[in-house]
Amino acid sequence: MSAHQHVEGHLPHEPEKATLEGRNKVLGFWIFLGAEVVLFGTLFSAFIALRHQVLDGPHPSHLFELPMVFAATMILLTSSLMSVFAVQAMHRNKMKALIGWLFVTIILGLAFLGLEIYEFNTYVSEGHKMNTSAFSSSFYTLVGFHGAHVAFGVLWISLLIAQLFKKGLTVVTAPKIYLSMIYWHFIDVVWVFIFTVVYLMGKVG
Amino acid sequence: MKRILPLLAGMALLLSACGRADLSTLDPQGPVAQKQFDLMKISISIMTLVVVVVFAICVYVLVRFRRRKGDKTIPKQVEGNHKLEIIWTVIPLVLLLILGVPTIQSVFGMATDYSKDKNAIQVKVTSHLYWWEFEYPQYGVTTAQELVVPTGKKISFELVSADVKHAFWIPSIGGKMDTNPGSSNRMYLEFPKEGVYRGKCAELCGPSHALMDFKAKSVSPESFDRWIAAMKAPASMPADPKLAETFRSKCLACHAVGDQGTNGAPNLTGIGGRQTIAGILYNSDVVADPQPEDKTTVENLKEWITDPQKVKPGNQMPSAADNQLTPEEIDGIAKYLAGYKLDY
Amino acid sequence: MATHAAHAHAHAHTHTVKRYKGLMDWLTTVDHKKIGILYLLAGFIFFLVGGLEAILIRIQLMKPMNDFVAADTFNELLTMHGTTMIFLAAMPMLFALMNAVIPLQIGARDVAFPFLNALGFWTFFFGGLLLNISWFTGTVPDAGWTSYVPLAGPTYNGTHGVDYYVIGLQIAGIGTLLGGINFMATIINMRAPGMSFMRMPMFTWAIFITSVLIVFAFPVLTVGLVAIMFDRLFQANFFEVGGGGNGVLWEHIFWVFGHPEVYILILPAFGVISEVVATFARKRLFGYSSMVFAIVLIAFLGFMVWAHHMFTTGLGPVANALFSIATMLIAVPTGVKIFNWLFTLWGGSIKFTTANLFAVGFIPTFVLGGVTGVMLASAPADYQYHDSYFVVAHFHYVIVGGLILGIFAGLHYWWPKMFGRMLNEGLGKLTFWTFFTGFHLTFFVQHFLGLLGMPRRVWTYLPNQGFETMNLISSIGAFLMGIGTIVFVVNVIIAWAKPRNAAADAWEDGRTLEWSIPSPPPEYNFKQIPLVRGLDAWWKEKMDGKTAMTPAEPLGPIHMPSPSILPLIMSIGLFIAGFGFMYQNHWVAAGGILVTFVCMFLRSVYDDHGFHIDPEEEEVQA
Repeated sequence: MSAHQHVEGHLPHEPEKATLEGRNKVLGFWIFLGAEVVLFGTLFSAFIALRHQVLDGPHPSHLFELPMVFAATMILLTSSLMSVFAVQAMHRNKMKALIGWLFVTIILGLAFLGLEIYEFNTYVSEGHKMNTSAFSSSFYTLVGFHGAHVAFGVLWISLLIAQLFKKGLTVVTAPKIYLSMIYWHFIDVVWVFIFTVVYLMGKVG
Repeated sequence: MKRILPLLAGMALLLSACGRADLSTLDPQGPVAQKQFDLMKISISIMTLVVVVVFAICVYVLVRFRRRKGDKTIPKQVEGNHKLEIIWTVIPLVLLLILGVPTIQSVFGMATDYSKDKNAIQVKVTSHLYWWEFEYPQYGVTTAQELVVPTGKKISFELVSADVKHAFWIPSIGGKMDTNPGSSNRMYLEFPKEGVYRGKCAELCGPSHALMDFKAKSVSPESFDRWIAAMKAPASMPADPKLAETFRSKCLACHAVGDQGTNGAPNLTGIGGRQTIAGILYNSDVVADPQPEDKTTVENLKEWITDPQKVKPGNQMPSAADNQLTPEEIDGIAKYLAGYKLDY
Repeated sequence: MATHAAHAHAHAHTHTVKRYKGLMDWLTTVDHKKIGILYLLAGFIFFLVGGLEAILIRIQLMKPMNDFVAADTFNELLTMHGTTMIFLAAMPMLFALMNAVIPLQIGARDVAFPFLNALGFWTFFFGGLLLNISWFTGTVPDAGWTSYVPLAGPTYNGTHGVDYYVIGLQIAGIGTLLGGINFMATIINMRAPGMSFMRMPMFTWAIFITSVLIVFAFPVLTVGLVAIMFDRLFQANFFEVGGGGNGVLWEHIFWVFGHPEVYILILPAFGVISEVVATFARKRLFGYSSMVFAIVLIAFLGFMVWAHHMFTTGLGPVANALFSIATMLIAVPTGVKIFNWLFTLWGGSIKFTTANLFAVGFIPTFVLGGVTGVMLASAPADYQYHDSYFVVAHFHYVIVGGLILGIFAGLHYWWPKMFGRMLNEGLGKLTFWTFFTGFHLTFFVQHFLGLLGMPRRVWTYLPNQGFETMNLISSIGAFLMGIGTIVFVVNVIIAWAKPRNAAADAWEDGRTLEWSIPSPPPEYNFKQIPLVRGLDAWWKEKMDGKTAMTPAEPLGPIHMPSPSILPLIMSIGLFIAGFGFMYQNHWVAAGGILVTFVCMFLRSVYDDHGFHIDPEEEEVQA
């Protein structure tokens, strides 16, 4: 591994894997996501163990408003699709399209966050607070951890857009874009599980 | 193998000679502890065999193949040996099978539920910081610190904690079970012989975890019936009405005797006949084998009532000063309690 | 080592990188060898702290009803002893060996993520510091290293003690997780040409599997600590029975992490022993492929046996039976390893260096710890052993008799490679014999104390229970272990004063790549990345009559990552935030987090172009 390539506009086919640093980053990030799977797996386990301990708080079947949660799900799924387009644009070395798709991705991410904050606010006003019951504690921790991941992703991708403007698409910036996109998919997958386990199962039983 | 067997038998003998009969797991006093001890013996025998084989090979190798001074030879680089590797995979598997089968048998055997058995004595054990409450729901009787059970019957325990997690353990009668807050566990024990056995808390529960001892006393079924009757009898209060009033207002706010007071703190009915005060201060005038440092029940009671924190740090009992008890009152209460014995 | 840095220059490259000397060099280093030394230094200091706590515990238990320390102080001591030894002493010392050796063993110039490596060290260090600051603020964790709720919950533990445990471990845990990811990626991606997975040295294999365990076990602890922290700080109800919570859930979470943690500790020791025994018997490791298989199997089974720590919790006979059998099965691959070591020695030419003494001392000792493990696996018998001194004896046999003997073997073995100086063999052997004898004296009798009815974690015990003599013996043994440790420190100090003259192949019988380069290695490790032609790559070349490895690349300038102060500052940010959370000062918490985020921002925005070293020029200048 000798010098970096700084040549603009002349990128290899998969710029994120062109250097050893890039390959390390991609591999390391997949391993990190493995750890994240365990993290969310544990949060899910705790939630499933405690979800019937509602005590005096509002019952999930009354609390959850499926239409809103469904809208949030759709928004996040769409943003995940946008991030696929972003990576495709990157592979075709189309800077403008890449930035455009990234931009749409974070706008949708922000919309999701907005809905979630609104949702949490409504719940708190209905008496479903962090300290209400074991159900509420594990609910806010699980869904809140996911929300924090979305928020971090939005900040991260925004920073990468700024870097794209400044540095262009290089073998240094490409792996970062690629990683943020895997991360975004991962958050999306976690949400699908939250939607099923927390909201659908909460509505049913 | 033939040479090892007597060695093992000798070791088992040596082990079983160890420790107090009322405390040691190696000198079981009941069928549950006996079954556990049998499992221990199987596993110790197998494991001793393994250890002997490994040690023998180890010593042989280290002596036989040590490098002589100036030795520059390169030993043959052996990749492995499939036959050997299969042997030391299969033999341990067989050994584990020998241990595994009785393990599973006893796991299910010991989990037998006697809570619906009419002949079994039901005892609800509630652990507190740092004392034990024993409730007999069949009889409507509650006692503390000293579990009284009849011999020859299954004692079916329901275990729960009132505060933090503790563990209920009478080593010479049977293994332990945790008392969890909020959910109860079940276990059973049997006491074939009359006697007093030492019980311990086995789960870290705070400063006085080490001192959270209790006693299990097994008596004949007739004696047990008399004890139940005595427990249900009306309380015998102090003769002196002034002292009785002090006792009622200062002590019975948390404690109970007979039909008086509440069970927020250890039940004191018949405390004068118990082996210990606070589970750890042995009463020289009660125990069968008093030690030189043991004091009388009255002295122990006075020590405890005066400054409980000194005896059991972190416990909930207020000191005599906090309770505004005069030395005379302490003396009177101690004497009254020491004389409070049940006839059974 | 700093001299390399001083002469480094940006050869044929426009970026200039500031290189530091002295203290700043150590605070900014991203060199795995220096990070290894930092881990060793910090880990060993924590080892001394934890050892001191152990000595105080043993003084208190020397006689019945002793009042050397108060009951609550004793609980603080036992909690901090366990937590310190496992998270702040044993694991960092393992990370020290990993950092010092792994890149060298696989023929790499550094780890995959040098910056993260430094970050991992500093987060561990500040996490450990935070935990130990509790001694000075007066509220020390006192609910045991397992922190069972409700004893560790807000209702029964109102002071900040357990907060130190929760937040200290959370911060230190970040470092461990980063280390696990880093070494996994390093071992997968950075092996020298020709080094296939089945040509990796056994230590590398052990660290690879350990890293996998870290990656999959530590997030569980993270969640558990978050839950207990939310309970304590935000009145959440994860484990509060009154709020619908469940204390047994904490036990599950803790042990789902905690049991793999045991293997995170012991597998590296297995790796060390495999290297040391093979080297000093001048023989290749017997049954290499079955060793690899055994280690993978142990790791796999390690995830499915957690409930054997909870046999008395009341999980019911079905769970207890399944976990009994699963636990017993681990004995099979472990036995395979034991016999493979013995047969590595068989027919060899065994040299009893200090390192090898520790290694061959490890084998029987670990067997004793292993067989008591099988005994504990039998659930009905465990109802008697559980939470008694029998368990204390068992896990000290595994952790001290296994891991610490392994670490000592590794330190004596790789010391010349890490520092370029040989440790004194006489003092080393004295260390071994005092420590080894002291160890068995301390812990062998504890098996019997447990069987005689002595519960663990007891501050004191009543007289006339048959505990007196064995407790006294145990305490005397602890002092002997302390003396052994002091002899080791003396040995290190003496070695420090000697010239740095260790040979490249310091033990002459080295088998793996680290012995093919100078002791200590240059900053870039390998002038040319070597070509690996088989297992025990360096031994193979030596046997073929060669004096150096065949290079896999031409000579040329070597690209190096730049040093950075950011890892240190990021960790300080987390450290500050930790105090903010604990004392509910949201400004301080936010400020600390902000510091960390700003560092992340800077790291992302300013690219690290690194610098180049020309090894040829270096040699001329030297």
